[in-house]
Amino acid sequence: MPESVAEKVRGIVSKQMGVNNDQITEQTSFVNDLGADSLDTVELIMEFENAFDMNIPDEDAEKIQTIGDAINYIEERVNKCGGAES
Amino acid sequence: MRGRRVVITGLGAITPLGQDKKSLWSSLVEGKSGIKKITLFDTSNCEVHIAGEVQDFDPTRWFDQKQVRRLDRFVQFAVAASTAAVEDAGLDFNKTDRNKIGVVIGSGIGGIHEIEEQHTILLQKGPSRVSPFMIPRLMVNAAPGQVAIKYEIYGPNFSVVSACASGAHAIGEAFRIVQMGEADVMIAGGSEATITPLCVSGFSSMKALSTRNSAPEKASRPFDKGRDGFVISEGAGIVVLEELNHAKQRNAEIYAELIGYGKSADASHIAAPDPEGRGACSSMRSALDDAQCTPEDVSYINAHATSTPLGDEVEIKAIKTVFNQHANKLVISSTKSMLGHQLGAAGSVELLICVLALQHNVVPPTINYETPDPECGGLDFVPNEARKIKLNTVMSNSFGFGGHNVSLIIGRYT
Repeated sequence: MPESVAEKVRGIVSKQMGVNNDQITEQTSFVNDLGADSLDTVELIMEFENAFDMNIPDEDAEKIQTIGDAINYIEERVNKCGGAES
Repeated sequence: MRGRRVVITGLGAITPLGQDKKSLWSSLVEGKSGIKKITLFDTSNCEVHIAGEVQDFDPTRWFDQKQVRRLDRFVQFAVAASTAAVEDAGLDFNKTDRNKIGVVIGSGIGGIHEIEEQHTILLQKGPSRVSPFMIPRLMVNAAPGQVAIKYEIYGPNFSVVSACASGAHAIGEAFRIVQMGEADVMIAGGSEATITPLCVSGFSSMKALSTRNSAPEKASRPFDKGRDGFVISEGAGIVVLEELNHAKQRNAEIYAELIGYGKSADASHIAAPDPEGRGACSSMRSALDDAQCTPEDVSYINAHATSTPLGDEVEIKAIKTVFNQHANKLVISSTKSMLGHQLGAAGSVELLICVLALQHNVVPPTINYETPDPECGGLDFVPNEARKIKLNTVMSNSFGFGGHNVSLIIGRYT
């Protein structure tokens, strides 16, 4: 079974921010809940770009503030391009 | 220069021969070598295959996962050694004025691991994939900056960079800061982590490194006729310097007093020593003047001696010039014979070793000293076995590419 977008995103966030997977939900905010600074948020976006092989323009990146935002955004992009991700 | 008296109350070391002062000291006294085959990268197409690696360094012992990713290896060493030194000193920052505690940590090169990694990413994936943490990870001053952040200490904070004299310069500058009253406590030393393909290749192209790949433990052999270059090594050495009354008031154990700091430039060649050792003479003389000592007061010199053909010879020439007849009574050893050359950390690790030598009245040996070289002849290099000897005043020399020379002198606190 390939990893779902949600699982992948949660994995990246927990690794980058040094938190356990069970400490985060779709509502978890990178800045408010996980204490991400501006460099952390840039790096998170880069990790998403690497993992899903896409470019996320700055104006889109600014809107991605929670784990749910990231999952929705990436799923939408993947589906639009007819990607293999489910 | 005389200002307030400055004592040494804490020691922290991360080295190829141990990651605490006790195991470092016992290895040195036993004459062990920390030089082995390089494991940090594939050396199969390199001329040099050996180094002094800090093996089994476990950053998670010192940092959480998130911090580990934010710190280059040399910063990890620096913060780990600083933590050990602060604990060793028994400092409680809640009981001291945090504005009067500072940090000076030097490094010869800085975050070269990070530079190489990100440059590969730049070439393979393009500029937009270069990490936003690259700059704060690679800069030399990340080391003192991270220590200040860890302890929330607001005093003087900066790096010095003078190649292989960085660690000694850092301690010297911190010494002056405490003497002059700008701070009461300084965390000071050097850190280096340069066992990387690019860095080893650079030193190798200079023909500075030993190629005795088949016998790593025999490769670093200061003063020996068969020496063929230094062995690159890594780690950090940090000391806590403290104003005497500050240390007394909190009943700190005083290991030694820092009494002399001399520094000079060769102004001769960017990588080779002045053939007459004029810069080295000048830094040793300045340190003696600063300490208000005569050459006869000094009983042990921890030499810079890296195991390069010219460097060792010139240092001995300089010691003979400065100490004259007394040179024959000195004991001189190069602990680089065991640790290899920790570059920007060397001077501070060696000062720390001098403190341990003074405490134990034991001089660690120069190992691999088998065939005397007439060019550095006639002096007592404490060959191959540590020696019990009463010590009162001890000098440590550090010289760096660029022609930077530092001599530090410590004395028994009485």
